Amino acid sequence: MTSYFHAVTLNKDKCVGCTNCIKHCPTEAIRVKEGKAKIIDERCIDCGECIRICPQHAKMAVTDALEEIRRFRYPVALPAPTLYGQFKSGTTVDMIIAGLLELGFARVWEVARGAEMVSRATRQFMQETDLPKPVISSACPAVVRLIRVRFPELINNLLPVDSPMEAAARLAKKELAEEGCLEDQVGVFFISPCAAKFTAVKNPIGRDKSFVDGVIAISDIYGPLYGMLEKLKGAPRLQRSTGSGIFWAVSGGEMSLIPQSRSLAVDGLVNVAHLLEDVVMGKLKEVDFIEALACAGGCVGGPLTVENPFLAKARLAALARQAGQSADQLPEFPAGISWQDFAWTEALQPQAVLKLDDDLAAAIRKMEILDELHKSLPGLDCGSCGAPTCRALAEDIVRGQGNEVDCVFKLREKVAELAARMVELSSKLPPSMNENKQK
Amino acid sequence: MDEKSRDETIRVRFPVEQGDFVRAGEASSKIKRLLLQLGFSADVIRRAAVATYEAEMNIVIHSWGGFLEAEINPFRIIITAQDKGPGIPDVDLAMEAGYSTAPEHIREMGFGAGMGLPNMRSCSNEFTIESEPGQGTTVKMAIWETEEQAK
Repeated sequence: MTSYFHAVTLNKDKCVGCTNCIKHCPTEAIRVKEGKAKIIDERCIDCGECIRICPQHAKMAVTDALEEIRRFRYPVALPAPTLYGQFKSGTTVDMIIAGLLELGFARVWEVARGAEMVSRATRQFMQETDLPKPVISSACPAVVRLIRVRFPELINNLLPVDSPMEAAARLAKKELAEEGCLEDQVGVFFISPCAAKFTAVKNPIGRDKSFVDGVIAISDIYGPLYGMLEKLKGAPRLQRSTGSGIFWAVSGGEMSLIPQSRSLAVDGLVNVAHLLEDVVMGKLKEVDFIEALACAGGCVGGPLTVENPFLAKARLAALARQAGQSADQLPEFPAGISWQDFAWTEALQPQAVLKLDDDLAAAIRKMEILDELHKSLPGLDCGSCGAPTCRALAEDIVRGQGNEVDCVFKLREKVAELAARMVELSSKLPPSMNENKQK
Repeated sequence: MDEKSRDETIRVRFPVEQGDFVRAGEASSKIKRLLLQLGFSADVIRRAAVATYEAEMNIVIHSWGGFLEAEINPFRIIITAQDKGPGIPDVDLAMEAGYSTAPEHIREMGFGAGMGLPNMRSCSNEFTIESEPGQGTTVKMAIWETEEQAK
């Protein structure tokens, strides 16, 4: 198995080895071993659920520090629209952009604007190409990876179009190149609500290389930005996005921009998984387009955000209204760019990490053992063994990564058997003495 | 593949209750997950998922209850859907696309478009249906990796 970069990692010093994360991981990608949580890389989809759930804050996302932007002569900030909802009402998009420039960025290129381009391209893809229905949005990298790992049969349903982040990065670079900036002096940094986007930069989706050079967490830039907003009141007009792009940060925002399709939006990874299950069984024939986002509420619910997602959503709705929000008024593509330019260049492959063995016959044999083992376990799904469920422990055992006595109840059974045997043995005497005793 | 591996067969069976719309689809879901863990191709999983789901829904909607069974070996998957009645009077008619006997309240739930059986047939490599009015219906579907879809 090739190694796969992950943005979600563990701070070992903080982990106390409780079982909260293993119980909440949607892909059963975490085990507790030797008192510490351990992420199984191939299974992790970087959804960030464990970051949210960990009471010790031992799960973290690897992102770039703000200082990284100094490596470039022309650092460009790509703020996710989610960033706009993090600050108290009265904070305008112009103020936030001005703040980013103050922090040392040479240019700000809004991902909300990238989103508008992607929406425009999506409409044409839906019209001009014959994609299998329902088409599933590929904007959320955690959902894309969920499909690669758990729903390989839906890979061809993914919209083969760049994410707003990639679109914005590419258009920003094009713009700066046209202004005469040298390519290697321009560094594009995405200001991200989630860890999965960092992973998507390191392991690009549908491209051999990402257009993004670095990813900075919203939670890291929030403090520095917050401190400077007060003095930026009355910032000049810098915003180029409209409300349509801004509302991509909220579940349903993307869908609302393809009005000619019968669409639905689903958010929260558990909900997404249930819906995809129904898609596979052919239950969603009345839907042409699915917007699927891993975080509850959409990107506003991202694990690297600061503000309450519901409050952030209300603020974004207000900002979007102010900026004008109409599916009929998406901006034109820049000169020299057409909808086909947003198409993926690399086909996405499934990642068969759940299969028990590369050989089907061997996998079937293992499955039989797995079923037997599962039946013999207590079925409490308590998590004490370090695996999330009894079934997961049975699976670990057949994969050679666990032991039956990892189960505390199995262990107790074995100890009881041993104790009974000891009592039995202790009553036994050698034949030479037995005689005496009978007297 | 050697002869020995032909013994490798898994059989799973799930009872399916008449009118139980809450649990409907669970059996198909479990079979699908099993196929994914066993390492079948995306195409086989997709076809098996659609076929089992349609068969399961047929038992829930039209029958007096029955079971869904999957027999899996490295070479193919055989899905059997069997119910206790009431049986189909005219099987040829039932196999026609768009023909449906589903009552109004079922159609309102989005089922009963008359595509169930034709869909099951198009997902399988081999399809047989046997039905006797008063006796019940047995549908058998065999699904395997085909050359052009393998890849």
